[in-house]
Amino acid sequence: MTDTINNLETAAHPENLRRVAIDPVSRVEGHGKVTLLLDENDRIHQVRLHIVEFRGFEKFVQGRPYWEAPVMVQRLCGICPVSHHLAASKAMDMIVGATLTPTAEKVRRLMHYGQIFQSHALHFFHLSSPDLLFGFDSDVAKRNIVGIAAAYPEIAKQGVLLRKYGQEVIRVTAGKRIHGTGSIPGGVNKNVSIAERDYLLKDIAQMIEWSRDSVAMVRQLFEQNLDFYDSFGRFKAHTLNLVRADGAMDLYHGGLRARDMDGNTLFDHYDYSHYWDAIFEDVKPWSYMKFPFLRSLGPETGWYRVGPLSRVTQCDFIPTPLANQARKAFMAFNGGSVTGATLGFHWARMIEMLHAAEMMQDLLHDTDLQGDDLVSTGQRQERGVGVIEAPRGTLIHHYKVDEHDQIVRCNLIVSTTHNNQSMNEAIRQVARQYLDGKKLTEGLLNHIEVAIRAFDPCLSCATHALGKMPLEVELLDAAGSRVDVLARSSDGAFCSPD
Amino acid sequence: MSDTFSLDGAEVPFEPGQTVMQAALSAGHYIPHLCYHPEFKPHGSCKLCTVKINGRTAASCTMPAEAGLEIESDIDELNDLRRTLVQMLFAEGNHFCPSCEKSGNCVLQALGYDLEVHAAGFRHQFPDRPVDASHPDILLDFNRCVLCELCVHASSEVDGKNVFGFSGRGITKHLIVNSESGKLVDTDIALTDKAMQVCPVGVILPKRVGFSQPIGQRRYDQRPISAQALDDAPRPSTGASHD
Repeated sequence: MTDTINNLETAAHPENLRRVAIDPVSRVEGHGKVTLLLDENDRIHQVRLHIVEFRGFEKFVQGRPYWEAPVMVQRLCGICPVSHHLAASKAMDMIVGATLTPTAEKVRRLMHYGQIFQSHALHFFHLSSPDLLFGFDSDVAKRNIVGIAAAYPEIAKQGVLLRKYGQEVIRVTAGKRIHGTGSIPGGVNKNVSIAERDYLLKDIAQMIEWSRDSVAMVRQLFEQNLDFYDSFGRFKAHTLNLVRADGAMDLYHGGLRARDMDGNTLFDHYDYSHYWDAIFEDVKPWSYMKFPFLRSLGPETGWYRVGPLSRVTQCDFIPTPLANQARKAFMAFNGGSVTGATLGFHWARMIEMLHAAEMMQDLLHDTDLQGDDLVSTGQRQERGVGVIEAPRGTLIHHYKVDEHDQIVRCNLIVSTTHNNQSMNEAIRQVARQYLDGKKLTEGLLNHIEVAIRAFDPCLSCATHALGKMPLEVELLDAAGSRVDVLARSSDGAFCSPD
Repeated sequence: MSDTFSLDGAEVPFEPGQTVMQAALSAGHYIPHLCYHPEFKPHGSCKLCTVKINGRTAASCTMPAEAGLEIESDIDELNDLRRTLVQMLFAEGNHFCPSCEKSGNCVLQALGYDLEVHAAGFRHQFPDRPVDASHPDILLDFNRCVLCELCVHASSEVDGKNVFGFSGRGITKHLIVNSESGKLVDTDIALTDKAMQVCPVGVILPKRVGFSQPIGQRRYDQRPISAQALDDAPRPSTGASHD
C-alpha cells in the first residue's frame, strides 16, 4: 500500500485522474453510485459512495397535523415502512404523553418483528445470496435471484416464503402488507384476533426452522472460505445500538449504547430523548446523505457502525434461546474475529431473523394481543423523539409540534445515514485490497457492491433496486476521453452502450 | 301506479317532484355523483351525474323526472367524461391519498376507484393552501376541497351558523371561513354540527382522530361506492329491495 491510497476520501490531485463510476449500485434499496479516481497505472486515489437522491420529508411534513406523521413518513420506504411508522409513532407517544397499554406495545412489537423478519429475508435471499452462493465475480447473467431459483430452488423458495410470512404479520397488525396504518399516537388501532393469531401460528415453527438453517448456511460459507470472508472489506469502527435495561438485545425500545472500536463503552443506556447531545450530523458537499458522528469524538473520528453486526456483537445477550445460542457460536467463531468482519453482517442478520421468529412465536402466544385497551393519552408535550432498531440499524425520528397540533420541525436520522462513513470505509478498504493497480473488470467492481450490500443500505429510504439495474462503467484516459465502456442493460445482459 | 322513465334500458318509477337522480337511487340504479347529497337541495356543480336525456346532456341531480324520458348513464362516452372530471379534481387540489386520514372514507377516492381512474391524466397544480389548525377540536385542510358546497349549505341551512362560504371566481374560487380573522377558531362551529359530517373529502376533520379507524373497516374498504350509495339512498316505503 502506498501513501497515495491511505485516505481515499479525497484525492490530493484529482485533475487528470480517470473516473470510473458504478452508477447505480445494484441490488440495494434505493439509488447510489460509487466513483473511483485512478491514475494511469490503475492506482486508486479516491473512492466515494454518493447518495444521489434528495427526499425532503423533513420539510414537507412541516405544517401537517402530528397524527398524520406515522402514516406519511413511512412513505420514505417500501421495504421498511414499519420502522418509520413505529419510530414516528413512538415520537408521537411522547407528544400525546402516552404510556402504552400492554396490548398496544405487544401488537407494535409483533409488527416490528414481522418487519425485521421480512426485511432480513429479503436482503439475504434476494439481494445478497447471488454473490455469496455463486461468487462475487461469477457469471453476472446468473448472479441474481432468478439464477438462485434455478440453481438452488429450495433456498429460493424459503427466501420467498420467509419474506411472505413477515409481510403477513405486518398485514395482520397494520392492515396492509406495505404502508399500513396500525400504529397511531398513543397506541394501535386494532388488536390481533384469535383467528388472525391462529393463522400466523400455524407456520411459525417452520419459520424458526428455516431461520436456523439460514444461520447455519452463513456459518458454512464462512467455514468454506474463512480467510476471504474474514478479511473482505474489514475495518475497525465504533458502534451504536439500542439495548434493553438489562443489556439484552431489544429492537423495539431501550437506551443507546456506544462503544469505541476497541470495545470500550462510550455511553450506555443513554436516554435517546436527548440524542442530539450525543450525536451530531456532518455534511459533505459530494453526497445528499449526512455523516453522523459521536459528539464526544468529533466529526473526523466519531463515525460509527449500526445495524445487525453492531447489535448482535454489542448486546450482552439475546433474550430468546435459539438466537442467543447462535450468537454465542458467532462470537466464539475463529476466536471472535468475524465479529468485526464486513461480511459478518450477513451472519448477524440471520441471527436477528431467528430472534425475530422466536419473538413472534412468543408474542403470538400472549393473550394481551387480544386485549381491547388500545390507546392511551396523557399530558401533551411539545417535543417527541422516537428511536427504534430498524432492520438496517438505529432509526431516529424527532418532531416538534406546536399548540395547534401542527408539526413545526422534524429531524430524521435513518439507519443507513449512520452507516454512511462506515460504508465509505468498507469500499475504500475493498478498493485497496482488490482493485488497486489492477485492470478493472465487472467482477472486480462487484466487490465494491458486495461490500455496500453487506450493510443492506436503503440509500434513499425510498425505492427498490432488485438486481439487473442498468449500469455503465466508463474508462477515461488521463485527458478525459473515453477509451472503454462496459454497459449492462435493464435485463441484466451486457451490451453495447450505444 | 307511478309514471316511469327509461334508464339504460330499465324502467324506473318515480313520484311527482322527484329528480332523475332521486328516482334512480330509490329504484336501485346508481348514477355516479359527488356533490349530490340526499339531504340537501341539489345544485349540479360537479357534473359527474351528467346523463343523456333524449340525446341531450343534463345533470341528473337537478333534472326533474318525467314520464317517457329515454336516459343513458352507464355508457362509455359518459364514463370517459366522468373519469376526466375526477382526474381534473385530483389535479386541481393536493390529494395525497397515501397519507390522507380520509382514505377509505373519501368519496373522491372511491369514485376514482369505481370509475377506474388509473392515471393522473393532467399535470398536478400543487396549489399552496395552508391548513387552518386554529380551532382546538377541528382541522381544515383546504388542499383537498372540491368545491361541492355541502359544508356551506349544512352550516347555513341546518346548523344556522353560516361558518363557510366561497370567495373568488373560476379557477381562483376557494372555500373560506366566515369570521373576521378568517380563522375557524373565531367561529361558533362545533363538533356536533351537520357541517362536520358532510364533507365528501378530507377538508373538515375532527382533530386527533386520524387513522384510529383501521384499514378494512372504512366505508369503501369492503364495497365500492356504486354499491354503498344505493345502501345509503332513501328507500321507498314499500321496502322494495334493489338487490
